[in-house]
Amino acid sequence: MSSTAEHHHDDHHHGPAKGFMRWVTTTNHKDIGTMYLIFSLVMFMVGGFMALIVRAELFVPGLQLVDPHFFNQMTTMHALIMVFGAIMPGMVGFANWQVPLMIGAPDMALPRLNNWSFWILPFAFSLILSGLFFFGGGPASGWTLYAPLTLQGGIGVDLTIFAIHMMGISSIMGAINVIVTVFNMRAPGMTLMKMPLFVWTWVITAFLLIAVMPVFAGAVTMVLTDRHFGTAFFDPAGGGDPVLYQHIFWFFGHPEVYIMILPAFGIISQIIPTFSRKKLFGYESMVFATAGIAFLSFIVWAHHMFTVGMPLAGELYFMYATMLIAVPTGVKIFNWVSTMWRGSMTFETPMLYAIAVVFLFTIGGLSGLMLAIVPADFQYHDTYFVVAHFHYVLFSGAIMAMMGGVFYWLPKWTGHMYDERLGKWQFWLTTIFFNITFFPQHFLGLAGMPRRIPDYNLQFAEFNFMSSVGAMGLGITQLLFIYIIYKAVKGGEKATTEVWEGAEGLEWTVPSPAPYHTFETPPVVK
Amino acid sequence: MIASKSLVSKLLVVVVCMFGFGYALVPLYDLFCDITGIGGKTGQIEQVVAAQERIDKDRVVTVEFTSVSTSGLPWEFRPEKNKLKVHPGEIYEIMYFAKNNSSQSVVGQAIPSVTPGLASKYFNKTECFCFTQQTLAGKEQKDMPVRFIIDPDLPEDIHTVTLSYSFFNAQKYAQN
Repeated sequence: MSSTAEHHHDDHHHGPAKGFMRWVTTTNHKDIGTMYLIFSLVMFMVGGFMALIVRAELFVPGLQLVDPHFFNQMTTMHALIMVFGAIMPGMVGFANWQVPLMIGAPDMALPRLNNWSFWILPFAFSLILSGLFFFGGGPASGWTLYAPLTLQGGIGVDLTIFAIHMMGISSIMGAINVIVTVFNMRAPGMTLMKMPLFVWTWVITAFLLIAVMPVFAGAVTMVLTDRHFGTAFFDPAGGGDPVLYQHIFWFFGHPEVYIMILPAFGIISQIIPTFSRKKLFGYESMVFATAGIAFLSFIVWAHHMFTVGMPLAGELYFMYATMLIAVPTGVKIFNWVSTMWRGSMTFETPMLYAIAVVFLFTIGGLSGLMLAIVPADFQYHDTYFVVAHFHYVLFSGAIMAMMGGVFYWLPKWTGHMYDERLGKWQFWLTTIFFNITFFPQHFLGLAGMPRRIPDYNLQFAEFNFMSSVGAMGLGITQLLFIYIIYKAVKGGEKATTEVWEGAEGLEWTVPSPAPYHTFETPPVVK
Repeated sequence: MIASKSLVSKLLVVVVCMFGFGYALVPLYDLFCDITGIGGKTGQIEQVVAAQERIDKDRVVTVEFTSVSTSGLPWEFRPEKNKLKVHPGEIYEIMYFAKNNSSQSVVGQAIPSVTPGLASKYFNKTECFCFTQQTLAGKEQKDMPVRFIIDPDLPEDIHTVTLSYSFFNAQKYAQN
């Protein structure tokens, strides 16, 4: 990446500094975006490796490879790393690269803060991972860190709590940065309702982050003081209430899942119009639908805890409120489909990813509606059906949208076209292996296989076998993803300024690769 | 830059308020459960107040008793009988038996819960071993009374009420 930036030395007064210190001290939004994306990719591989340990253990019935306590650590850390290490920083990486380019700003509004937000992360995740080497191991309570279970456990739990504090500070700073950038640094003429949808989804996500990350920080702080300082927020022996933890956690947790998916919606709302060669259908309704989803996310949290013994009135309220979310989400799905309708569509890798996301995310959304039905949820709760559901929204929603986004903007970032043939291979292998991995889990869950258990009944053997084979394929395919990126960074066909024939937006008016400094004189948007 | 600074400080205020809101949920949750009675927590009233209740001789409610001694507490713990047919408004007494099977003195705290949760508002006690911590010396055993009264306003469609006690090891929270 440094070599590409140096090409433009002649055009600019100062390029990046050289060597390692460039990356430590940089305040450039493109450098920081690149670091976020690389960090996200590394965490994706680490978290994926943990998932493969889980799938290897579940390959056949019985206990073979790891002991149950280590299995629990792997499921827990896989989730924590994927959620907080891969998806969230990945989306922040996209925001860093694209938001200033899309609104015609020279950089993020608070560049030093930006540097801090990133450099906290490697330390936070070293803390979580280091738990594995202490007595008692890493966190093993599931990513929800339910108290009073987390009141037990070794120093790994404390390390996880501190890591959550750190990465919470990092995401809050990142969110503040996005909001301030968008509100104060738009180019002349770039009104709010002219902003690309990716920027809109990120602003709304940033507000969600600011509202709920502090609540989660509070919840884990209560766990910490319960563990070490004699408080009893969640310990019934001292007068606390374990159900209270679930309420606080999910008050954070449900907006959190939209924090992960809304920027993904933004990415595919950029990709689909480009390759359909049409304007996005229903732009205003997309903005309002996104805001609507964000608002509803605050009032549905208890659908994660239908089985705690809520009164009927509460269950009915949370059921109907949850189902209401299908309305703005449906608006988005239909708008994407309408954008493609009668467009001159071509199917480059980013477009393939965008279409797959629309299709597969809808499956995940519909299984979510099934889970929202209270009487059905008593059967599905804590089974593999839930696992299948959230992998359909998080892998084939968030992760695959990010992969599509990488292919879409990689030529702008590196100045080289990626290898289209390999890209298509990577897409098809990912999509097929993903479905082999997770589709059978729907059936496992409906038949009653509980999640987070290292062993299972013989009747579940075939579907688990399929799922594990798919998971190995899915994992290995991602080495190809890394290779394609590496190849595009090193060289390849020169990308033009527009890159894609039908692309619209300010980022396609700067040369490829985007120079180290862009829009020092703001462009005028008509 | 001035616009940025004021926006950043507004956003920081939101962050601090939301952190506080997380903690505010703790008393809010208790208050909400108190008002609606859905937390399953039982009420405590004075003997004299309970004695003045109107007794509804026409109505019979079954009260079931369950008990559990949680894994951290080496106690035996059970009610003297499993169920009792009661009239709302009348005061009843039931004995619970507890025995410390270890040779050390242990402090325990019993936590009551009533199912269905909506009945908990109408389930009141004048005396209970759960009002305070209990200490049993090594191998000590004890019979402990619970005196309760069901409010005659208990909704008509509730015919069975289950009172459950979980005894927890409260050595960590011992009050003395």
